Amino acid sequence: MDLEKTGVGDSRRKSELRYTLHLMRQNPIVVVGSVLAIGSVVLSLVSSLIVNPAAGNTQNLPIRLCWNNPVIDWGIHNLFVCPGAQVYPLGTDAYGRDLLQMIILALPLDLEVALTIVASAVVIGVSMGAVAAYAGGLLDELVLRITDVFFSIPGLSLAIVLVTFFSHSLFWLTTAVLITWWPTYVRLIRSQVLTEKEKAYVEALRSTGAGRLRILFRHIVPNSIYPVLVQATLDVGGVILVFSVLMFIGFSPSPLLPELGNLAHAGIDNVFIAPWLVLFPGLTILLIALGFNLLGDGIRDALDPRLRR
Amino acid sequence: MTESETHWTRGSGGNQGTYVQQQAPRPTEAALSIRGLKVVFHTYAGDVQALDGVDLEVQRGEILGLVGESGCGKSVTALAVAGLLPINAEVISGEVLLDGKNLLKMKKEAVRLSRLNDIALVFQDPMTYLNPVLTIGLQITEALTSDLKVFAEDLIAARMTKLEAMMKRSLTEEQELESLRRAKQSHNLSNKEGKRLASLRALDYLRLVRLSEPEKVLKMYPFELSGGMRQRAMIAMALVRRPRVLLADEITTALDVTVQAQILELLKDLRDKIDAAIVLITHDLAVVSEVCDRVAVMYAGSVVEVAGLVEFFKNPSHPYSKGLMAAILRPDLSSETLESIKGSVPDLINPPSGCRFHPRCPYAYQKCPESKPPMTEVSPGHAVTCFLYGG
Repeated sequence: MDLEKTGVGDSRRKSELRYTLHLMRQNPIVVVGSVLAIGSVVLSLVSSLIVNPAAGNTQNLPIRLCWNNPVIDWGIHNLFVCPGAQVYPLGTDAYGRDLLQMIILALPLDLEVALTIVASAVVIGVSMGAVAAYAGGLLDELVLRITDVFFSIPGLSLAIVLVTFFSHSLFWLTTAVLITWWPTYVRLIRSQVLTEKEKAYVEALRSTGAGRLRILFRHIVPNSIYPVLVQATLDVGGVILVFSVLMFIGFSPSPLLPELGNLAHAGIDNVFIAPWLVLFPGLTILLIALGFNLLGDGIRDALDPRLRR
Repeated sequence: MTESETHWTRGSGGNQGTYVQQQAPRPTEAALSIRGLKVVFHTYAGDVQALDGVDLEVQRGEILGLVGESGCGKSVTALAVAGLLPINAEVISGEVLLDGKNLLKMKKEAVRLSRLNDIALVFQDPMTYLNPVLTIGLQITEALTSDLKVFAEDLIAARMTKLEAMMKRSLTEEQELESLRRAKQSHNLSNKEGKRLASLRALDYLRLVRLSEPEKVLKMYPFELSGGMRQRAMIAMALVRRPRVLLADEITTALDVTVQAQILELLKDLRDKIDAAIVLITHDLAVVSEVCDRVAVMYAGSVVEVAGLVEFFKNPSHPYSKGLMAAILRPDLSSETLESIKGSVPDLINPPSGCRFHPRCPYAYQKCPESKPPMTEVSPGHAVTCFLYGG
């Protein structure tokens, strides 16, 4: 009896993973989401190979703001046509830089910022929330009230205040978004840890003389982290959105910085004669945010025990 | 039979109901002794007087069966010994002596270390008492590796004895032995070595609890094991630290009868092999008759009868024990009705005065509600708290 049981171990574990992936593959929306999300990450990783980073340099650029794409006709009179044979599939921006190249250059920055913010928010939120929930009492109360303060202020406004107060540098922009973001994870992990810590295996662990930190971070947190991972995936899109919004409304450290919101911001002055300047960076933000959202949804559905089977 | 030479006499002065066990210079050292333990749970409905002066002793190499109906305080006793009572519980009085040291007086960290080293609990439901996301191997070795300092010496010594006992050693084994000697002398065991020794120890104990293919089981997750296998893994997890006291809280309740028999056999085997003091908490007298050396019966928060196994089944003395014995189904005595004890478990928020069993006791007389009966010895090693036997 025992022999037969042990035999199936490995294959069953693998089949659980395969089943999860199978569930995700079955849903076309999730497939689109993962293609978009993974695609954007891959593109940002290889961006420096595709595009010369010096393309961001504005010196010695002969042309300013032109459109050279025979497929799309904007129907705008007096559209500047780029001189020479070079193709600009998405036109050039107000500084004469190829917009497609700029967007590809902007990807690594945006994703890096988003991943940094989400990762730090998860680390801070999870450690604070988990400790608060496990310790309970006064500490729990204190941490909860602190998060309440952050929840009562709209995130974007708080970020604007912080950036205005400190400086328009990338560091402070990142920090400002991070500060508005971590409390979500505190709430999320806290609720999970509260249910998890009452489970029987925790009592069994305590009976073996395991230390409190060890019980919490080695046993309880890994058991309660899945909703946080789903939320984190969803949030990558959200953070990119908020970050570019900050850039778009004018908190950019430099107008030349290749960042999606910043590119859209730079194009807003010429939006009537060159609509691509706002449209394409905006679309890119939309696609990335959508991609991570759909992927997060897919992961959540695939891990939901009620939807499995 | 390891009946201790105990003499129950009335404690000098004052408080009725507390009796001190008098043993001149303690001939047989009790591994665990609980004296006059009183525990109260503070609830919204009022204070639940869960334990009302529990007295118990367990020797090394002995299995004590702790029997009683649901809610009589068996599990609370185990939790109190391990220092794992919930926050709303309060220990009013009494002491829990582990090799003469009072656990209730110790600091938190010291209690944790005694849980790590000396006391192990095994719980009744093997399904929920294992962490679902870690492998069995990690869970068994964790206690050893996380406090490696505590276990290093023991691990090294155990491995060395094993290697030295080998008739023929290969070259690598010679080298291992040499490096272990060095580690022993320098009192310095690397984490990696510690992990390796710990998983070797885990393998030994998985074999000891008779799990087949222990190497595979080490790498498996709880969901891949059957109920009986999990229960054995739990027992291995408890034993791997070589505790002096093992508290087994209804470990056979969730298992079917064949597996139950195997686990009970295992307990006997362990008693003989590792010489631990085992407290087997159960409400199944059949299980008790199978493995225990002595029996303690609890009712409504106190021990009402302690006796050797044979003595208990031959001559149950407390009216409650008699009721329990009468309630056992016996196919050989074909009686039409099944005996039961009249009434129900008392409300422990407002427990009955005097002897807590008196409202249900067929022999109760006017003295019973007035005061608590003392522990009286009816024969050597057989003590009862009942006025029918004097006091």
